[in-house]
Amino acid sequence: MGSLALSAIRKSFGAVDVLKGVDLDVAAGEFVVFVGPSGCGKSTLLRIIAGLDEQSAGDVRIDGRLMNGVPPARRGIAMVFQSYALYPHLTVAKNMSLALSQEGVAAADIRRRVETASALLRLDALLDRRPAELSGGQRQRVAIGRAIVRQPSLFLFDEPLSNLDAALRVGTRIEIAKLHRQLGATMVYVTHDQVEAMTLADRIVVMHGGVVEQVGRPLELYARPANLFVAGFIGSPTMNFIGGDAAARASAATIGVRPEHLVVAREGAWTGAVSHAERLGADTMLYVDVPNVDVLGAGMLTTRILGDIDYDVGDRVGLTPQEGKVYRFDGGGNSIAA
Amino acid sequence: MIPARTWPLGRAGVHLVLILYTALCLGPVLLVVMNSFKSRAGIFGAPLSLPNAATFDLIGYKTVLGQGAFLRYFGNSLIVTAGSLAAVLLFGAMAAFALSEYRFRANRLLGLFLALGIMVPIRLGTVAILNMMVAARLVNTHLALILIYTAQGLPIAVFILGEFMQGVSKDLKDAGRIDGLSEYTIFFRLVLPLVRPAVATVAVFTMIPIWNDLWFPLIVAPGEATKTVTLGAQVFIGQFVTNWNAVLAALTLAVLPVLVLYLLFSRQLIRGITAGAVK
Repeated sequence: MGSLALSAIRKSFGAVDVLKGVDLDVAAGEFVVFVGPSGCGKSTLLRIIAGLDEQSAGDVRIDGRLMNGVPPARRGIAMVFQSYALYPHLTVAKNMSLALSQEGVAAADIRRRVETASALLRLDALLDRRPAELSGGQRQRVAIGRAIVRQPSLFLFDEPLSNLDAALRVGTRIEIAKLHRQLGATMVYVTHDQVEAMTLADRIVVMHGGVVEQVGRPLELYARPANLFVAGFIGSPTMNFIGGDAAARASAATIGVRPEHLVVAREGAWTGAVSHAERLGADTMLYVDVPNVDVLGAGMLTTRILGDIDYDVGDRVGLTPQEGKVYRFDGGGNSIAA
Repeated sequence: MIPARTWPLGRAGVHLVLILYTALCLGPVLLVVMNSFKSRAGIFGAPLSLPNAATFDLIGYKTVLGQGAFLRYFGNSLIVTAGSLAAVLLFGAMAAFALSEYRFRANRLLGLFLALGIMVPIRLGTVAILNMMVAARLVNTHLALILIYTAQGLPIAVFILGEFMQGVSKDLKDAGRIDGLSEYTIFFRLVLPLVRPAVATVAVFTMIPIWNDLWFPLIVAPGEATKTVTLGAQVFIGQFVTNWNAVLAALTLAVLPVLVLYLLFSRQLIRGITAGAVK
């Protein structure tokens, strides 16, 4: 129950190609996250899966059934929106049961399903309230509950945590992960936040400019990014990219080193002055000006050290990449196998 | 802080202007209502004074209500106004929904075409409209007036409601689609309740000119069976003698239904007017 297959999905709005041929297979029970910068087409792809937008070309199959032209309500999906999209004039219970009564499910069955979902999401006390009387986190739980009661073969999440504040976001993220374990349902989740992607996904689909850059398990993407874009997008702070001589010595057009893979010492492969330090307690980020190294982008090397290390702005430091932690890319931006 | 010091003075100034304007608006209405309760001698003797024991007289109301036709005029006005209002709101809201919700080729052009009606006064087309009504044998029917007023009210209704409907969350409508609601259910159950303040605003702005109109009833439906209140009140205005008591009483009575409807809508109306301004 709940497999999804996309083949050669294209979508154009007028002359603009938003999706340029997307192929993807999602197995039943899998949690797949679409991640990418805004405008990469991830939300459009989700809306095409939902049937809210029609693809310009290509096929959508859910549970093996061709879904082209099938209205959203008949696709066996449920969707959770960024803005919650609760019906403002209906109570929580009615919000959750509306789709079921539209489908003609028996009243007793509806009540049972709403009770199960509200118990799962701790919404029992709120069933008679209206959305306006709920907090943001509660609203999002109702929106998730509304999806659960439908018992869909496919859950679709469109940036569900973006409107929540930081603390609630972490809590709700954990709740969604638990829910996936409990229900064992197939979930497709769209976000621009790589932390959400890394923590929730069984598999991540990194999208950029309407194409899929790489599909893989979170740590696979972290350890073996297929190209410069994925390497830069996954991981925080972002990877340092270095061109010029340093790259040439490694017989690559560009090399990349993650901030956490740079060893800081008095002397190192690259030396420079600390231009800025960010202390988070658990770890410290140093931004180091290295005049003799061709750093792409910001022109500074970022390094992340565990603990609170006492470096000040202006201090000279040496940075050395850890053995075997240097990523190499060719002139086209693709990874060179180690 | 400078703003704090000048604030009370500024406020007093604003209030003074508003009070003067209110007096200016309400003055004539008060005059009509006041004098409608006075005898003829009272009206002409001291037009600006309140009715007292000597001048109080209900002769105007007796004349108006005694004349059976007047209630019929009232009924005609109600039928025409309610009919047009219902048509304007229903079709205006539906057109606004379609224009704001669906992307189709002529969307922009159609919106512009509908908005044109705001700029061209419908009265310019009176002769053509009259010809049409004669050809369709609709002269002296309620339907003629309802059709004309619907055409008159639609452009602004589509324009205002369209603006508000664009503000309704797209996600909400999509959630409805995923829950299996039909487009009609989405329109009537989700969107319309959310733009209720705008609907009330449009209702008031549409209703008042229709109820007060003298032009089209006079031209298209002057017959005894379809006369509206405003037109009916004219029977008391003669070329040589005018029954002022009756005219004033008729006008006072004519104000009442609009007033009641306005009070019903007013809370929503204020929300509708301020909604755009505050956000």
